[in-house]
Parts: sequence; structure tokens; C-alpha cells
Amino acid sequence: MLIRALRDEGVEYIFGYPGGAALHIYDAIFRQQDVKHILVRHEQAATHMADAYSRSTGRVGTVLVTSGPGATNAITGIATAYMDSIPMVVISGQVMSHLIGEDAFQETDMVGISRPIVKHSFMVKHASEIPEIVKKAYYIASTGRPGPVVIDVPKDVTHPGQTFPYEYPEKVKIRSYTPATRGHTGQIKKAVQLLLSAKRPVIYTGGGVVQGNAAELLTQLVQLLDFPCTNTLMGLGGYPATDKRFLGMLGMHGTFEANTAMHHSDVILAVGARFDDRVTNTVSKFCPNAKIIHVDIDPASISKTVVADVPIVGAVDSVLSEMLALIQETDERPDAEAIAAWWKQINEWRDRHGLYAKPRYDTSSEKIKPQEVITAIYEVTKGDAFVTSDVGQHQMFTAQYYRFDKPRRWINSGGLGTMGFGLPAAMGVQVAHRDATVVCVTGEGSIQMCIQELSTCTQYHLPVKIICLNNQALGMVRQWQDMQYSSRYAESLYEDSLPDFIKLAEAYGHVGMRVTKREELKAKLEECFALKDRVVFMDIMVDQSEHVYPMHVAPNGSMRDMYLSKTERT
Amino acid sequence: MRRIISVLMENAPGALSRVVGLFSQRGYNIESLTVAPTEDPTLSRLTLTTLGDEHKIEQITKHLNKLIDVVKLVDLTEGAHIERELMLVKVKAAGAQRAEVKRCVDIFRGQIVDVTSSLYIIQITGTSDKLDAFLQAVGDAAILEVVRTGVSGISRGEKVLSL
Repeated sequence: MLIRALRDEGVEYIFGYPGGAALHIYDAIFRQQDVKHILVRHEQAATHMADAYSRSTGRVGTVLVTSGPGATNAITGIATAYMDSIPMVVISGQVMSHLIGEDAFQETDMVGISRPIVKHSFMVKHASEIPEIVKKAYYIASTGRPGPVVIDVPKDVTHPGQTFPYEYPEKVKIRSYTPATRGHTGQIKKAVQLLLSAKRPVIYTGGGVVQGNAAELLTQLVQLLDFPCTNTLMGLGGYPATDKRFLGMLGMHGTFEANTAMHHSDVILAVGARFDDRVTNTVSKFCPNAKIIHVDIDPASISKTVVADVPIVGAVDSVLSEMLALIQETDERPDAEAIAAWWKQINEWRDRHGLYAKPRYDTSSEKIKPQEVITAIYEVTKGDAFVTSDVGQHQMFTAQYYRFDKPRRWINSGGLGTMGFGLPAAMGVQVAHRDATVVCVTGEGSIQMCIQELSTCTQYHLPVKIICLNNQALGMVRQWQDMQYSSRYAESLYEDSLPDFIKLAEAYGHVGMRVTKREELKAKLEECFALKDRVVFMDIMVDQSEHVYPMHVAPNGSMRDMYLSKTERT
Repeated sequence: MRRIISVLMENAPGALSRVVGLFSQRGYNIESLTVAPTEDPTLSRLTLTTLGDEHKIEQITKHLNKLIDVVKLVDLTEGAHIERELMLVKVKAAGAQRAEVKRCVDIFRGQIVDVTSSLYIIQITGTSDKLDAFLQAVGDAAILEVVRTGVSGISRGEKVLSL
């Protein structure tokens, strides 16, 4: 009944791992062909795969795990999806109903453990409830501000001996759940007036634009107004990065021009972004002269940290298209002289300290710089790959130097910052886009957190390209230790303990390549991406001493207070 | 500022834990909490009192509203409302104290609901302030046990919290 409901919901893939409490469900999977199952090597990877499958397609990802350790192993992945508002349904087996509460074998209170990191959860009491609960779960996960939903299924509920009339509901109505759709027209008018009167505007957008399929509308709006646009880490790809109106990413490791423009702006249009602490730096010093328009589908995101002058609760695509229509209707346009002066100022910032005007790293060094690896990947893949990352310096370098022109191409764990995300995420993307080039940019630290999935790649023929920026240290930890702990590298160095990643990749049946010289970097990358149907693990030895810049001065800094290199600050 | 938030929610397993969990997860404070089914058995009404400034209360109500099990809620302290709390107090009542306690109960319009030769059990309803005042009047020395239900509240006039 459960698998039938999933099929009727249109589920193509389940990412999972079997176990005692889920065996009835697995038997049902075995006896049909419509819903395909991907067997991972650890449940965390199942959740990350489903998560990235969702991020790259917009569809809901589906996970199936057993009770107890199966369920708890899934927790990190559920929290990752929750923090980044990714629609996902996680079905967990549970011990038989009459054993619940008795500390039975492999029993854990999954609904309780997952409660703070799910949008909602269900415990199935009777088999007859399954179709409606499945329908509700997918509806809740995918509407409003999306998020993960858990369905906990006691084993007896899926016992095959029971028969019930089966009907999959076409629609569900939940009286206590009405996600926001259109924004308030009066507020939208007010926002448009404010935008048209702006002299130093910035459009700041987040994951909501990507998730809400509003990238196209955003691009139209930005170009119609000729306003500068910056994206959050989660929002990259929401606006074409190669367009001249794009200022780059903002925030802790944002560009000088994006952060400085934000600080000096008079009107900020925030769309599908949540004024995260990694963006705002010290909230009390955030953009002192700016009037803030905040569009978000989640009312609780508005005025949570930074108070909005014009709050608009609504789906970003609907609000942006209303804004566009209003601007197109009126003859009023922003003060052209002021906007031109603003652009002149921004371009001057760009030339002075921008990431793209000239290399911001030492190009004469013998060592391979991580920044140039990302730039080379960008060139070799023609800027058109799906790129996943783990968490740390390599993640920030990728966000800075891989210039995403399309939404849903950049897939990383922004909110939770989950190391181990990158490889399973790349696999999840490859499952959804069989012919696409999928790159996982990782480090020798992160990759070891889910490296067992190299085996899953073999089983399902998922030819992802793993680019490991190997600096033989936990780079971001080391950077903070350099900057704040007088270079006392507490437990951030691997010394001689790292495995031979080449042999490891080969042991799983994949191709391993090592790059140690700058001059061979480009050629090796080309060789790697030419191997279309193989998993390639590229171990690139990069300069250990490199830091990610710009970096916000914290604590107590404002948006414009940044370290620009080891020796310069604003 | 003290606020009374009244929540209408699904009378479903786990609903209460989601509300309570939200408060601990986000570092909000619950002063008192009462919950019981309503005349419609599919709905529960939960009343909680909490402390916080305007900004915090706004966040609390927004996050409560986001919970799927929460149907509707109202901050009663925003308008005219009636609040009541019920308290049972077991006090020593022997000798001269007996008459003194009885007088105090009368003043606060409480009732003595159980009597032994040496103690009374007193029932008293009212606002939380009134109950506090009663306890102060009786004095710590006499009090053996106190149990309070927490605040229940309802708005005055036509305003109704229902589906």
C-alpha cells in the first residue's frame, strides 16, 4: 500500500537502506518496477542524495530507512534539508505498534528525535491511513516554505496480510495549513514606489528565488531597473553570475563590492533570503541607511533578525511578477543620474578589490592555489556543470569562483554546513540528470565523511567527478586558528594519516588522478572530464597556507568591514 | 511583558510536544500552560503565558502559526479579556490560626473544600495576581502544598476564537 501510494504520488526514486522494521516495505519494492530504489552505504548519504535530487530538479526527494540506527543515521541529512528548506519525505520503519515504548530492539522515538528539524511528521496508526498520510506528507513538504517531512511506519502497519479499499486522494486539504501564495497588493505597490525612488539600491536574493523557480523573473526585474544584484550562498544561480549587474556573493566571504554596496545602499530589496548571521555580520550595524523591502513565503523569516520596512509575505514568483507588471505599467523610472553615479561607485569598488577584476591570490606561487583550481574547473566545464560541494574553504572558493548562470546548478549545505554532503549530493544529482556533468568539489577532510558511497557509485553507475582540494588540513578551521588563535593548529592537521586516495578510488573500481604541479592542472582536468562514463577522483595538492578572502571582520564588524588578504583590511 | 497566548490546535498525538518543543528549541520561556479538548473533540485549546518584548512575542506567534497542528491563535493580552487561574492550597489550620485562615479565604472569596482537625484545603480562582496575593496573605509558615492550574483566558465581547 505504501509503495503504491508513492507510485501514485509520482515518486521515481527512493534512496534508502533496508532493515528489520522496513522489510515488508522492501518486499513491496521488490515486487514492482515503477519506483526505483538506490541502495546507499549509510543512511546519511540517502538523505543527502534525496536532498540534492530535489535541489537539482525541484521535485520532492524520498528516503526510506529502517527503525533505530537507520532512523538516527538519517538525522543529519534531515537537518541539512530543513536548514536549507528542501522538500523531502523520509519514511522510517518503526518497531511493531505493541512494542513501542518497551525499548524494543532497534526502537527509537523517530518522531521525537526529528521533531525540531522537520516541517511536520506523522506516525501511521493503521494501514488504511497510508494513502492520505503520504499525500499530506508530499503536500506539506513541497508547498509554502518547503521542508522535510517524516512518516514513521510501525512494522505491523505494513504487514502484507491486511486488505483495505485503496484510493489515492487527488488533493488534500489541511484546515490548519494554508501556505501563503500571493503577496499583499498594497505592500507590493509600496515596495515598487520605494524601488523607483531609490538612489543606491541593491537587490539581495537567496535560496527562495532558486527554490521558488523565480530566477527568470528576478533577472527580468533586475535588468528592467538596471539595479545591482547580489546572491547569498544559497541563492547563487538565481541571477546570472556573468552579467555585469551581478555583484557576486555577499556575506562573510562575499565580494568587496557586494558587501560594500549593501552597507552604503539606501533601498534593499531582499527576496527569498533570511538575513542570516553569515550575511549580516553585526545586526545592529547592518546597512544603516537602508530601507528594507523583504519578500518571503515564510512570515516568521520576516523581521526575525533585521526589521523590514516593507514586509511582503508571499510566493516569490508571484510577488516578483506583480512587481514587474507594476513597473511596466508606470512611466516612472528611478533617477537615472543617481543610478549611474551608483554604478560608477560600484565599478570603482569592483576594480579596487573585486574578485574578478584581477586575481586576488598569488599567481607567481609554485604551489597550486585552490582559487585557480575552481577557475580551471569553471573553464573546462564551460560554466555549465552541476557543482556540489562539501563544507569549508573549498566550498567558499567554489561559491566565489564558479560563476553560476543558472539556478539549481550549485548544490551545497548552506544552513547546517554539513561535511560529507558533497559526494552523495553529486550522486543524487547524477541520478536525476544521467547525462549531465556533475562535479563534487571537496576537501580531504569532508570527503572522508561519506567516502563509503564510492561503492554506491559503482553499483548504480553514477560517473560523478570528485575534485578534492587536498591541503592536508581542515582548511577553514586552520584559517580561523591562524586568524584568532595565533596559528595553534589544534586537531586540524592530518600529518601523515591520509589515505592514498588514488588507490582508494581504484579499489572501488574508479579512476584516480593526482595533480601536484600547477602546469599540469588544466590538462589533467580536461582528461578527467573527458572520461564521461567513469567516476574520477582527482586529488589536487593545493597550498595549505591559503585563506579565503574577503572575510568579514567579526565580532562587531559591519557589512563593509572585511579582511581582504592576510595583510589588508578595509 | 507578560502575554497570554491562546491556541486552537488539532487534538492529535504529538501536537502538544511540538508546541512545547518550539519554546525550548528557540529559547522562549513558558510561565504557565494549560491544555484540554474543546466542545469539538477534534480540537484542543491551549493557553500559555510567556514573557517577552514585542519582537519576541511576534516571533513566538509566527512560529506557533507555522506548526502544522496549530489551527488558529490569538494573543489575548492585545485586547480586553478575562483570565482565570484555579489554585488548591493545603494549609495548616489549628488553634487560633483556624479562624484567621477562614477569614482570609472569605476575603479572597475562596472556598474551603476539605477539612481535617489540623488543616484546610482551599480552592480559589482569579487572576494570577490575586492568587499570589492570597498566598502572601496566608503566609509561608502555614502553607503545606500549592497546586495551580495555570492561566486560562478568553477575550471579552463578540470576538471568538473558533474555526
